[in-house]
Amino acid sequence: MHIPDGFLSTPVWAGMDAVSASAVGVAVRRVQRTLDGAHVPLMGMTAAFVFAAQMINFPVAGGTSGHLLGGLLAALLLGPAPAVVVMTTVFVAQCLLFQDGGLTALGANVFNMGIIGSTGGYGIYRALCRLRVGDRSAVAIAAWLSVTLGAGAASLELGLSGTIPFRMVLPAMLGVHALIGVGEALITLGAVALVRRTPSELFKAVGG
Amino acid sequence: MKGSRWWMGGLLVALAIAALLPPRASRWPDGLDRVAERLGFQRRERGRPIVAAPLADYQVPGARGAGWSTSVAGVTGTLVVFGSTCLLGYVLARRSSKR
Repeated sequence: MHIPDGFLSTPVWAGMDAVSASAVGVAVRRVQRTLDGAHVPLMGMTAAFVFAAQMINFPVAGGTSGHLLGGLLAALLLGPAPAVVVMTTVFVAQCLLFQDGGLTALGANVFNMGIIGSTGGYGIYRALCRLRVGDRSAVAIAAWLSVTLGAGAASLELGLSGTIPFRMVLPAMLGVHALIGVGEALITLGAVALVRRTPSELFKAVGG
Repeated sequence: MKGSRWWMGGLLVALAIAALLPPRASRWPDGLDRVAERLGFQRRERGRPIVAAPLADYQVPGARGAGWSTSVAGVTGTLVVFGSTCLLGYVLARRSSKR
């Protein structure tokens, strides 16, 4: 779902840069207040895992592929604020080293695939847990929603840019990403199950 | 702190994914690319990047399409992302301990 340069109009990409920069700023300040140096390698490891997993496209129907976004997974492991920082480093590296996602679209990509999952997806997970939805169901629903909400945000940005009418792009994006979201849910569930078999109390301590 | 080194295991898993799985990954266009093709706005993509990336499209320059090329790019990226996140984390953690 990485948006390349040229898809977004200047007001839209500049606006999304401002939105993401403010959100990342808030996350960085929160991490500054809470982060213990002993937990830093866990952040690095999470970033490395999200980056590697994003490289692996899995096929979905109709000759289309998708990959993990990982924003919710990072937030489940680290808490939302460190997760936003982790996701941002991943997208910056993808853009500058691998030309994956446009430089002008960086703010939009950080927002659609990072901030939405790490904050919105995580918020949905917490809300579902409070509603006594089972933990695994809550993870799956929040993972699926973080992908479809991200696709919705990308559609809105494309529509506002005048690239393609919103009413055309939204159903197309939601249709494809409803399937990709199932992959997101399965990989997130698998990774969380794996982590919970290890001494994961460390992860909970990162918080933020 | 017992178990505090297990992040190394996680890093090794990430490196293994980046090194071993790219040849098996799907080469089909991703969700947004597919929609852009179908609805006809793919041509809007800027042809030349604003800043040239050293490992564009996850390939080592001069070895495009080689089986190992994406794996080398992936392992490099995984290490760079790990290193830069740790560096940033230590800077932020040091500031938090000063307060």
